[in-house]
Amino acid sequence: MNNFKPQIVAFCCSNCASSAANVAEGMKKALPDNVKIIQIPCTGRVEILHLLKPFEEGADGVYVAGCQEDSCQYVSGIAKAIKRVTHVKKILEELSIEPDRLNVFNLSAGKGQEFVEVAYEMVNKVKELGPFLQA
Amino acid sequence: MIVAEPKPIKELLEMVKDFNRILVVGCKGCVTVCNVGGAKEVAILASSIRISRKKMGQEIEVGEHTLERQCDPEYVDELKDMICDYDAVISIACGVGPQFLSERYPSSKIFPGVNTQFMGGAEEHGIWSERCAGCGTCVVHYFGGLCPIARCSKSLLNGPCGGSANGKCEISKDVECIWDLIVRKMMEQDRLDELIEFKPPKSWITARDGGPRRMIREELVK
Repeated sequence: MNNFKPQIVAFCCSNCASSAANVAEGMKKALPDNVKIIQIPCTGRVEILHLLKPFEEGADGVYVAGCQEDSCQYVSGIAKAIKRVTHVKKILEELSIEPDRLNVFNLSAGKGQEFVEVAYEMVNKVKELGPFLQA
Repeated sequence: MIVAEPKPIKELLEMVKDFNRILVVGCKGCVTVCNVGGAKEVAILASSIRISRKKMGQEIEVGEHTLERQCDPEYVDELKDMICDYDAVISIACGVGPQFLSERYPSSKIFPGVNTQFMGGAEEHGIWSERCAGCGTCVVHYFGGLCPIARCSKSLLNGPCGGSANGKCEISKDVECIWDLIVRKMMEQDRLDELIEFKPPKSWITARDGGPRRMIREELVK
């Protein structure tokens, strides 16, 4: 299990989280290479199906990184994303899958360090849970 | 519209646990509008089933299709070339859908994917409430355009009852007393005197109490 390298999919808002990623890059802070970033114009666009599909395709964990709740450019994008993540966590529970495999984080454009920390936090959490699909 | 809610996924998985080729069929009618049985929800349910089976290490094929309406034979016919490829069909239309599918495809095993709730409308996005009980004889014009059959807990035609307090029904603080609204509306329209007239007990022959209903309009029958 120690060699387990979880595959994580991250939906990142291009206005805050992705800018944070650039800041992180400038700070020479590298993301774990097993986190696949999908840039989206706003986390409010992340649908329930988007959050389920990575699991269907074999991902071990999924997270959404969006704005602070009071600073979304589109007003309520991250609030909608939080509601959808909460809903999909319930679906995962019903499917007997650990809801902690899915999470949502509030970031902002300048928080490069936090962007990287969030990725490692998710990787470590999913590592604890083990592979989504048992070999 | 007919308002429905999804069945718990666990319940659905249990229903279809013995089948490995499942078709999820949605409907573009009411259940699409109330976000429970349209193409989007078909995809979500299909994905959930695949994830669950994958987790259990079981092979599964889940097909997805959404009909224009499941309550019209001409659209239900659309499934004729594909339904035979599946062991089980989950209909996520209102209760009419799975029955029309069962009648049209007698050898297929059809399962309901939603629980049909009521005839109503959207108060706002994500919140629906009942407006019509389908009694077969509409009387809302006597009550300021509001229906005490569907919206009064006792379906009183001569209300309000003693359980009305501060505009709420005694059954719950979340339930408005429709008779409170009716009286206010009639006062606003200066028609309060119309409520003084006693409304005799309603005939329920046209409602569900008269048995299963059928309607024939000769001018439309081919």
